[in-house]
Amino acid sequence: MIWVDTVVQGILLGGLYALFAAGLSLVFGIMRLVNLAHGDLIVLAAYLILIVVSALGVNPFVAAAIAMPLMFGFGWGLQRIVLNRVLGEDILPPLLVTFGLSIVVQNALLEGFSADSQRINAGALETASFAVGPVTLGVMPVLTFASAILVIVTLNQVFYRTALGRAFRATSDDPVTASLMGIKPANVFATATGIAMVVVTIAALYLGMRANFDPTIGPARLIYAFEAVIIGGLGSLWGTLAGGVIIGVSQTVGAAINPEWQILAGHIAFMVVLLFKPRGLFPRAYD
Amino acid sequence: MTLLTTRGLTAHYGDFQALFGVDITLDAGETVAIIGANGAGKTTLMRSIAGVLRNGPGMIAFEGKPIGAMTADKILGMGVAMVPEGRKLFPSLSVEENLLIGAHGRKTGGYWTLDTVYALFPILRDKRAVPGTSLSGGQQQMVAIGRALMSNPRVLLCDEISLGLAPVVIRDIYAALPQIQASGASVIVVEQDIGQAMKVASRVYCMMEGRVTLSGTPDTLTREAIHDAYFGVSA
Amino acid sequence: MRQPASYVVETRTAASRIAGIAALIVLAVAIAAPLFASRSVIQDLFFILTMMTLAQFWNLLAGYGGLVSVGQQAFVGLGAYALFGAVILAGLDPVASLLLCGVVAVIVAVPTAYFAFRLNGAYFAIGTWVVAEVVRLLVAQWKALGGGTGTSLPPEARDFWGVAQVEAMLDASGSAARDIVTYWLALALAIATVGGIYWLLRTKRGLALAAVRDNVEAAKSVGVDAARMKWTVFLVSAFGTGIAGGLIYLQKARISPDAAFRVTDWTAYVIFIVVIGGIGTIEGPIIGVLVFFALQSLLADYGSWYLMVLGGLGIGVMLFAPRGLWGLFSDRTGIQLFPIRRMLRRRP
Repeated sequence: MIWVDTVVQGILLGGLYALFAAGLSLVFGIMRLVNLAHGDLIVLAAYLILIVVSALGVNPFVAAAIAMPLMFGFGWGLQRIVLNRVLGEDILPPLLVTFGLSIVVQNALLEGFSADSQRINAGALETASFAVGPVTLGVMPVLTFASAILVIVTLNQVFYRTALGRAFRATSDDPVTASLMGIKPANVFATATGIAMVVVTIAALYLGMRANFDPTIGPARLIYAFEAVIIGGLGSLWGTLAGGVIIGVSQTVGAAINPEWQILAGHIAFMVVLLFKPRGLFPRAYD
Repeated sequence: MTLLTTRGLTAHYGDFQALFGVDITLDAGETVAIIGANGAGKTTLMRSIAGVLRNGPGMIAFEGKPIGAMTADKILGMGVAMVPEGRKLFPSLSVEENLLIGAHGRKTGGYWTLDTVYALFPILRDKRAVPGTSLSGGQQQMVAIGRALMSNPRVLLCDEISLGLAPVVIRDIYAALPQIQASGASVIVVEQDIGQAMKVASRVYCMMEGRVTLSGTPDTLTREAIHDAYFGVSA
Repeated sequence: MRQPASYVVETRTAASRIAGIAALIVLAVAIAAPLFASRSVIQDLFFILTMMTLAQFWNLLAGYGGLVSVGQQAFVGLGAYALFGAVILAGLDPVASLLLCGVVAVIVAVPTAYFAFRLNGAYFAIGTWVVAEVVRLLVAQWKALGGGTGTSLPPEARDFWGVAQVEAMLDASGSAARDIVTYWLALALAIATVGGIYWLLRTKRGLALAAVRDNVEAAKSVGVDAARMKWTVFLVSAFGTGIAGGLIYLQKARISPDAAFRVTDWTAYVIFIVVIGGIGTIEGPIIGVLVFFALQSLLADYGSWYLMVLGGLGIGVMLFAPRGLWGLFSDRTGIQLFPIRRMLRRRP
């Protein structure tokens, strides 16, 4: 029965990784932008939630709700002012600019908050659990996974059922022709990043409640997020969830065999999938 | 009433100059044709008017207002829509979504809605849910035209809509033109097919190497004059 | 009947001739430096030379080869561990093992390339990073070389080839003599690197490389074996980076997986050096490392502010001067010190 428990924990962990990855998937899918600061922005959002909690004394979920529009604005501005300038055929400029951004964010957080570990206090929720048959499920991981599903469903609805989503897809296909339709690609991209930052805030909420965080853990989250996106395939949010689950399960199974192998197992799973499916499991028809 | 004017319009691609002082006008209710060989600058002219190509010196005015410095999305908002060369449908969108996105930037309302576009090109109604790019060339052209119409434009720029299509298909597409004209849109048609252009237009401009070399009405232009203006050499 | 004029293809320019002479003078001074410079200056020069070497190889990969890797730290660490492995497990002399460092790096580079070349663009970049992480995690399991906490160079190994001679010749203490020997090795490596890359780019292969970087399909259509070029560049960069890694950690005499495979030191700094100096040029990494070193010296006491300035500078350069400082200078003046552009000149 231990294996069932391990796999279930892995699946739920996959939900957290999917949350890390969903914003990335959105931005990567719409503008092929590799944001190497993504992990650090999750950490930034976590600190923001922390500030709101201590300043206003509200519970973390309310704090996250307050932080979301702030992060939206930040993402919108970042894309509009900085990142829009580096979009294009060449992948080097966005890679380098976001690399620089990652360093700046990490060190700004270090200056502002020191390297001390922090945690968002979730009270009783942290340890609450319930049994389903032979398996014990923590309330927090289940909530995380459910949130991941909710986020993906919502994003898909926006993407495929709304005018904004049409604008996203059209601009992603062909920004010049999209402007002929009266779309302003610069604003569309900015909105996409803004939405991605909202998702990042949700991810940050669960990251911060689940475990300790400090300014330097961003890059590791970035790698898990990217692995999930790449395994899933460009443009597929459900694929991103699948990718997250694959990494989550690989990690928990690896850890069950030998605790030192947890992270390694995740990376190996990533490489194995890519060896057979270089474009991921559910890639778009064209690229 | 003059709807659209260009005066001394120039355009560059990097160091390469593609338009050398082009003057054209489009009056309300007219259909004007621009003919010329490959590389004459016809598409460059259309793209300059539509705002996709930032122009060099020269003036473009729509209803008297200068639009030369405006971005493409603003120009669409003013009522100038383009059917781009090569159709340029969005692969990620279905046929219906391609049509819907045509109205994204201009919601003034008017004759053209999904229903009236489907009435114009009935085959599209059957294919409304398929990806736009999975259609045949002619059907894609219909989607591209319908997409531009959805913004209920005052001016419709049609860039080489017959390119790559069989004569039968071209006929079907041009058969839609009277209804488009009737809905209140003034049309500029860019064509390499001289015969087709002469059939539909009330005035014709001929371009060669970035300049207008000839202009007039179809009945006043002789074959020789067109030949010279098109190719630059006497027959 | 007029004789047709004959033409010759040349790359030399006036500026490069002057630069060539200046370089020889600088080289002479550099070789003689241990005679008059203090130990800390020698250590600084060592840092500058090795970082420049790493930068040249990353530049070869990304600037000329179009392969943007965020995983070169894998080869720095592998080279370093190969050195420590050779010394501790096989009792080899460290200097003699340096070539082995490159070989070990190449051996791992082969499956890495096989995996990474299946990916494109950003996927490739992340893929190389993941490979580096995997290598780091695997090496951290190697208990014989200290596992996760690492190990030091054993005392017997500290008297490696050349140290005794330097101690006698220059009357220097043991550790100072070690620094001098590693400095000379770094100088030799830097010269070999710059010279080798310059030579490569002046050959037909270099031209093919530029073609592949600019447009793979067009290059293939004129007969360039694009795949072979990518493999060559990747393996050569791995080899050089491995040797540099071994040398760097020989000087440090202490190793750990976290340090040897650190993304910040061996990739972030390297990328900034190349970008700020000027990507796709040989002069760029040279300028870049000097700027980097100056910044580091000025701001060393400011911890995170130093890194923020570096990050901000990288962002600024990429946004406003994407060809870097050398690019700005070269565009303005047209000067090339390592000219590789072929010019058609009339034969005099």
